[in-house]
Amino acid sequence: MTITTAIGGVLSNLEPQRRDGDPAWLAAARLAALAWVGEHGFPTRKDEDWKYTGLEPILAVPFVAATAGSGRWVSAAMIDAVAVDLGGPRLVFVNGHFVAEFSRLTELPVGVEVTNLAAVLAAGPQRLEPFFSHAQGEHHAFAAFNDVLAEDGAFIHLAPGTTVAEPIHLVFLSDSGGSPFMSSPRSVIMAELGSRATIVETYAGIDGDVYCTNAVTEAVLAESAEIEHYKVQNESQNAFHLALLDVKQESNSRFSSRLVMLGSAIARHEARVLLQGVGAEVSLDGIYLPQGDQLHDNTIFVDHVATNCISHQLYKGVMDGRGHGVFNGHIMVRPGADGTDANQKNKNLILSDRAEIDTRPRLEIYTDDVKCTHGAAVGQLDEEALLYLRTRGIPLEAARGLLIYAFVQEMVDRIELEPLRAQIEALVAGRFAHGDPMALP
Amino acid sequence: MLKIENLHASIEGKEILRGVNLELKAGEVHAIMGPNGSGKSTLASVLIGRAGYTVTGSVSFQGQDLLASSPEDRAAAGVFLAFQHPVEIPGVGNMYFMRTALNSLRRQRGQEELDPMDFLALAQERMKLVEMDQSFMSRSVNEGFSGGEKKRNEILQMAILEPTFAILDETDSGLDIDALRVVANGVNALRSEGRAMLVITHHQRLLDYIVPDQVHVMVAGQIVRSGGKDLAVELEENGYAGLGQQESAGRMPVGSSR
Repeated sequence: MTITTAIGGVLSNLEPQRRDGDPAWLAAARLAALAWVGEHGFPTRKDEDWKYTGLEPILAVPFVAATAGSGRWVSAAMIDAVAVDLGGPRLVFVNGHFVAEFSRLTELPVGVEVTNLAAVLAAGPQRLEPFFSHAQGEHHAFAAFNDVLAEDGAFIHLAPGTTVAEPIHLVFLSDSGGSPFMSSPRSVIMAELGSRATIVETYAGIDGDVYCTNAVTEAVLAESAEIEHYKVQNESQNAFHLALLDVKQESNSRFSSRLVMLGSAIARHEARVLLQGVGAEVSLDGIYLPQGDQLHDNTIFVDHVATNCISHQLYKGVMDGRGHGVFNGHIMVRPGADGTDANQKNKNLILSDRAEIDTRPRLEIYTDDVKCTHGAAVGQLDEEALLYLRTRGIPLEAARGLLIYAFVQEMVDRIELEPLRAQIEALVAGRFAHGDPMALP
Repeated sequence: MLKIENLHASIEGKEILRGVNLELKAGEVHAIMGPNGSGKSTLASVLIGRAGYTVTGSVSFQGQDLLASSPEDRAAAGVFLAFQHPVEIPGVGNMYFMRTALNSLRRQRGQEELDPMDFLALAQERMKLVEMDQSFMSRSVNEGFSGGEKKRNEILQMAILEPTFAILDETDSGLDIDALRVVANGVNALRSEGRAMLVITHHQRLLDYIVPDQVHVMVAGQIVRSGGKDLAVELEENGYAGLGQQESAGRMPVGSSR
C-alpha cells in the first residue's frame, strides 16, 4: 500500500521508509499505521479535538519526506543563533536527521544513554518496539503518520538512580532549501526508577521556509523518576508544526513541561499524560503568542487513572493581529482515581479586534473524592493601566509592550534554566516591543 | 504657567465641566474644593488627557496647547497627576516602572538616560521624602498596597519625575492623620518656585498641611468662588450648600470671569 492509495492523493509524495536492515515488526508497524491513516484519514473540524484547527493549508502542500543529508547550508553558527548553549549534551537534528558534527555528547554518568534513534534502530531496535504502536490503540492520525515515516530523533535512557545534572538539549533545525518537506522526528525518553534529567527541545527553521514538522516525543517515567521538560517552538513563520508529547507516569514520578509557542503558520502542540501510578505529579505550562495569521493550538489530555495523583496546568495566550489561539484542555478522572488533585487555568489577552481565542477547559470526573478546579479568562489590556503609564511619560506602544510583557512574565519566570529563560525573555519581549527598546525590561 | 479658559467637558452626553476658568503661575499652589460630583476629578482627567470626554475651550500650558497633546506628551511637557485611585499593575515592578518613566521623559527632553544604579541612588534619596522603604520598589506597581501606601507611591513618582505642574486628586482620601502628615510633608518638600500645584480635595483638613496660595470652589462644573486660604476654613464651617444658594441668587462669584 502506498500513501497515494491510502489517503487519496493528499500528501501523495510521502512514502513509508523501507530499509533492508529494518526488523519485521517495524515494517509491520509502519504498514499498520499507514493502513490506519488510510482508513481513518486525517482529522477534520468535525472531530472534537480539531474543531478550531483546520488542516486544509497543510494537506494542500505537496510535501516530500526530508532525507538525511539535506539542509547542507546549515552551519554551526546558525544553530548557535537559534539554540542557546545550555552547557550540557546537545543533539542536533537537521530536517529531522541527526548530525553528529553539530552535536556535542559530553561525558555522561554510567547508565545514561543519550543518542539518536537511528543509531538505536541500527543496533538494538527491539527496545523501540513498544513505542511504534500508536496507530492501533490511540487513534491519533499524526502520531500514526509519524510511525510511518519516523527514522530518527533523540533516544534518552536513564538507568535506575541516575541523574544528569546538565540539561540535555535537543535541537531540531529545519532548512527546506526551497522544496517543502515533512520531517518526522521521533524522540524517546525512558526514565527508570528514581532517575532525573532536564530535557529541552528547540524547534527552529529558516525564516520564510515552508515545511512541516510532525514530531512525536514519548516519555516513560518509572517510579519516582523526575523529568523537567522544556519546549521552544520557534519555527519559520510559514512552517507547520504538529507535535505530540506523550507521557506515561508510574507512582511518585514527577514530570513538568513548559512550552513556548512563537513560530509557525499553524502549530499544534498536544500533550497527553497518563497518570497510571499512585501519587504521580505532572505540571504543564504554556505560553502561545499568535500574531499575523498564526494559529497556535494547545491540546491537552491528562488522564488520572491511579489514586492521589496531582496535575497542574497553566496556559497563557496573547493574540494579536489575526492571530488565533486554541486552548483545549481535558482532564479525565477515571473511576477509582480517588484523591486526585487537578487544576487547570487558561488566561488570554486579546490585542486586536480580528484576533481569536477558543478556550475549552474540560473536566470529566468519575469519582467523588477529588479536588478539581478549572477556569478560563479572556481579557483586553487594562485601559486604566495604559493611561496611568502614559501619564508618567511612557509612550503608548511602550506602555502596551510593558503591560503585555507583564501578563506573560509569570510564565517566563517559571523557566528555571537561566540561559534558556534569558533567551525566552528576549524573544517574548522583542515580540511586543514594537521596535521600541523602552519596552524591554 | 497654566491658563484654563471656558473649559467645557461632557461624557456620554452629560456636561460635567461647564465653563471653567483658572490661571496658575509658577510657584503657586491652588486648591480646588467642592462637593462630590462637582467636576473636580473630571477637571483633573481632562487636564491629563483621559479619553472619553468631549472637550471645548482651551488649556494653555507654558504656551503649549495641552488639549491637543497625548497623555505622554503632556507628561513630557511637565504635567503630572497624583491619582485618586492609583491602578494596580501586576507583573510590572515598581522600580522598573519608575525608571522606565523617568528615562522616557528624559529621552523626550533630550537628556541622558539613567542606568539602573544611578536610578537606584536617586530613588533611595527620594523615598526618604515619603518615608518609604525599598521593599515597595521590588513589588508590582501598587499591587497589594494599602490606601496610604498607594498615595505615598504617587508622591514618590512626583518626587522622581519632577513635574513643573502637579495635580493632586483627593490625595488625602483614605489617609489616617499620620499618613496624611507624611504625604503632606512630601508635597511641601516639592514646592518650589518653578513648580505649580493644583490640590483637589473634599476636605479642608489637607489644606492645614499643604497651605495653598489660592482656594477655588467648584460647584456644578464651574468655579463659583475664589479666595485666599481662609476660604477653606469658611467652607468647612458653612459647607457648600450656602454657595449654591449664593449662585442661584444671581451673585457673581468672586474670581469668576463670566
